[in-house]
Amino acid sequence: MVTVEFASSLRRHVECPAQEVETGSLRQVLEAALEAAPDLAHYVFDDQRCVRKHVAVFINKTMVMDRKNLNQALLAGDRVLVVQALTGG
Amino acid sequence: MQTLFIASRKGLFVIRGEGKEWKVAAHHFAGDPVTQVLADPRSGDWYAALRLGHFGAKLRRSTDQGASWTDVGTPAFPTKPTSGPLADDPTPWNVDLIWSLVPGGKDEPGVMWAGCMPAGLFKSEDSGQTWKLNKPLWEDPRRLQWMGGGNDYPGMHSVLVDPRNALCIRVAVSCGGVWQTSDGGATWALTAEGMKADYLPPELEQDPNTQDPHRMVQCASDPDVLWVQHHCGIYRSSNGGIFWEAIAAPAPSGFGFAVACDPADPLRAWFAPAQADSHRYPVGGKMVVTRTDDGGASFRVLDKGLPALDAYHLVYRHSMELAPDGRTLALSSTTGGLWISPDQGEHWHCVSRDLPPVVALCWVNSR
Repeated sequence: MVTVEFASSLRRHVECPAQEVETGSLRQVLEAALEAAPDLAHYVFDDQRCVRKHVAVFINKTMVMDRKNLNQALLAGDRVLVVQALTGG
Repeated sequence: MQTLFIASRKGLFVIRGEGKEWKVAAHHFAGDPVTQVLADPRSGDWYAALRLGHFGAKLRRSTDQGASWTDVGTPAFPTKPTSGPLADDPTPWNVDLIWSLVPGGKDEPGVMWAGCMPAGLFKSEDSGQTWKLNKPLWEDPRRLQWMGGGNDYPGMHSVLVDPRNALCIRVAVSCGGVWQTSDGGATWALTAEGMKADYLPPELEQDPNTQDPHRMVQCASDPDVLWVQHHCGIYRSSNGGIFWEAIAAPAPSGFGFAVACDPADPLRAWFAPAQADSHRYPVGGKMVVTRTDDGGASFRVLDKGLPALDAYHLVYRHSMELAPDGRTLALSSTTGGLWISPDQGEHWHCVSRDLPPVVALCWVNSR
């Protein structure tokens, strides 16, 4: 199983506890996790279903740079963290 | 007692009062940028459009005067095609912000229209729960010539539903001119004839599709009369936007962003002048409002109660609004100032100089 966590900055808008989902591509894993909180999806993804440019996704502490394809293969025990990227003002 | 919504960079303020007595009654979405607000006069519901920098545009609705809010649907573009004439569209198909939010006709409960940035027009038929992109306008090949006006991409800041006929809608885009439909959005006509973008080469400056209207408003009692504060000056139409008459620039300046018009008098409108494109603050640091009572033939400068020295307040395009009483006028700035006039701009009272940057105002029951 893969663990998917959403940072508190996201959960203040839509609550979603950490999810344990089946392995698969990053996109499959994120989509499966968001089934628990469908309203959170458009906080993570833009209209084209890419990861928003000010949202960062980490796989085991490595930031994912490709926001569009999300085709990295995730293995059992992997951890995915979705956070807001820091911006000011 | 009147109620005014203030959409600011740090949330939605609700203020209530009259005369010189105004108080902040509530502060919603504290810390979050609010780009547009609406009190639907048909249902009494309140709407707030948020622009969460990390998480995109969102729309919230309250059915209990702000006691509670729920997420409703947000306008969103469909999947961008990978083939065909739109595959190479350089405009991202992602709603960045909701810039205009208006109710449909009185006979269309639940219908709403949203103008966004990028400049898509969206329609809801269920009070904001779901939204649909107006494809005839978005897919018009001329739309690909629109440009960003001070922003990276073009934006639709004004959406006007004709009170006589809800199928007649006029929209204004920076920079994409003025468009209108008489069949509810099935077909569109580009109607910016008469406007002139004098910063463009002569062969392009009168092209309707390149024009930069900053804000467009219509006279409720005579909806064929419309006013535009344009990047290059002031325009007025008396034939429903088919032709636009250039109004000679009043002192101190014809440049600005906001315009408000009198719903009962097609000859009266207010403007908030700034010095120039290159100097976006009051002329000489003296804040004034200009008002015409004769269709733009002449203007008065109204400044009683407005800061006259070293005042660098910029009034954004949705930041000057006339209340339903037809006399109370509110003015706000990017510097967090709010001024209210009880007498159509003759005298101004400063309510606050300490708000966050304000981008839009809305009187309850003003639309």
